[in-house]
Amino acid sequence: MISEGQTIVQIRRKIAFNKLRDYLFSIIGLVATLIGFVLLFTLIIDLLIDGFPRLGWQFFTSYPSRFPEKAGILSAWVGTTLVMVVTAATAVPLGIATGIYLEEYAKRNWLTHLIEINMNNLAGVPSIIYGLLALGLFVYFFKFGESILTGGLTLGLLILPMVVIATRESIRAIPNSIREASYALGATKWQTVKDHILPYSMGGILTGMIIGLSRAIGETAPIITVGALTFIAFLPSSPVTAEFPFLSFKWLFDPFTVMPIQMFNWVSRPQKGFHLNAAAAGIILLIMTLVMNGFAIYLRHRFRKRIKW
Amino acid sequence: MVKRGIETMIPETLKAEVKGLHFYYNHLHALKNIHLPIAEKKITALIGPSGCGKTTYLRCFNRMHDLYPGNRYEGEILLYPDRLNILSAKVDPIEVRMRISMVFQKPNPFPKTIFENVAYGLRVRGESRKSFLAEKVEKALRQAALWEEVKDRVQDLAFNLSGGQQQRLCIARALATDPEILLFDEPTSALDPTATSKIEELIMQLKKEVTIIIVTHNMQQAARVSDYTAFMYLGEIIEFDKTDKIFTHPSQKLTEDYITGRFG
Repeated sequence: MISEGQTIVQIRRKIAFNKLRDYLFSIIGLVATLIGFVLLFTLIIDLLIDGFPRLGWQFFTSYPSRFPEKAGILSAWVGTTLVMVVTAATAVPLGIATGIYLEEYAKRNWLTHLIEINMNNLAGVPSIIYGLLALGLFVYFFKFGESILTGGLTLGLLILPMVVIATRESIRAIPNSIREASYALGATKWQTVKDHILPYSMGGILTGMIIGLSRAIGETAPIITVGALTFIAFLPSSPVTAEFPFLSFKWLFDPFTVMPIQMFNWVSRPQKGFHLNAAAAGIILLIMTLVMNGFAIYLRHRFRKRIKW
Repeated sequence: MVKRGIETMIPETLKAEVKGLHFYYNHLHALKNIHLPIAEKKITALIGPSGCGKTTYLRCFNRMHDLYPGNRYEGEILLYPDRLNILSAKVDPIEVRMRISMVFQKPNPFPKTIFENVAYGLRVRGESRKSFLAEKVEKALRQAALWEEVKDRVQDLAFNLSGGQQQRLCIARALATDPEILLFDEPTSALDPTATSKIEELIMQLKKEVTIIIVTHNMQQAARVSDYTAFMYLGEIIEFDKTDKIFTHPSQKLTEDYITGRFG
């Protein structure tokens, strides 16, 4: 209780002093939290005030133009959408397969460890490095050109480690007793993966995928490096055609632009009108990201409800 | 000392016979020269203090140790009537697991429906005929004394069942594929007394149809349900005999000390 040689009055004073420090820290913490929050909030409000009046049907259906009030984000949002399709189509199957292999199949040896360490480091490599790699590999070596395919593959590589890590984490959350239950019934490794491991970790995998995509959607540097154009006044060729086989992949090789590049282009112009356009495009990009993150949260909850370990 | 036990078994038909079994976790010699007969359609219980190797021994029967690197068997477990040595490297562990089912310590249903849990073993065997699956699932659930409780909600998720029901579901899942031997690894250690007595009753019912080996840390449980009991200590079988004999007149001092609660 009270240590030797201290009167109750001394103890009370001590408690009061300690409580004062407690109180002081809570103030410091609150201020620190507010600084970040208020700054971000101001930024968003500012963006809304500038950009909101520009949002309208015309803004979504117009190509960039020399006149700010006639300019729009048609080629940018179509480009972003198509690039994201390629990104998801690359990163998701590769990432899931890698994650499953590393968790369920790979022997625990130095090679696996090396791959694991590199995988975690890859997630932290600056995105411009991916741009340089892609420029050499996809543009010059494979001769895919400065195309949607190149852009999508580049961003796919960029988010691949994120998908792998998300896959592995949600696989690791599956208790070993579930695996043993499956094996004890005579299931092979593949049956166990396909019937249990994959379905039970799908929530986490999808969440990782969407968070990866919402990072990719805002990436500018690697896309500029591989040569996305800043001024595009046409759309890529349609993926659906009137004649047999009704599907066309020509769009993969068309030049493109994406939302952040369009914004960057507008911001770097001197006229005020273009700055407002950039703010409006920023709002759209922000909404796209928020919707994706919201969807990720929804998925996580949906899958959690079914599965409680 | 073990020999004497085996002689007392002679009137029974054997379902399996363990001969000179050694087991190693890397360099750890976990099971030492185990000889043990498993009588057909009887319940053989394994008792002993924690860490004595009971579970390790049980998991040899369905080659569970093959899932992890660094494990090694020596000796044989012969499965009768075909005298298949289930520990042989030439025998596929999957074939062994298709003939010998297991119920685990903690209920481990899949996060699927009750129906799919029970049907999974059959699905693994490539079975997809709806009426056949429905018939087998119902039969297994009846055998596991769960049918009456779940017949109106077999499409519900298995996680919505209580712990005891989940364990009976796991028993149904193990029974659905008509195993030759059913292994129980401390099946009631995670359950309350009511659920435990239900499971014990069920295990005694099941021996009419299947050979059972049960690991338990609960001596009363072994005494209640089993026909034969083996006492294990530090990776060795100290004594094996008819259950009533072991619990009334153990021949080894160590067995007596354990069952009278002097250690363990």
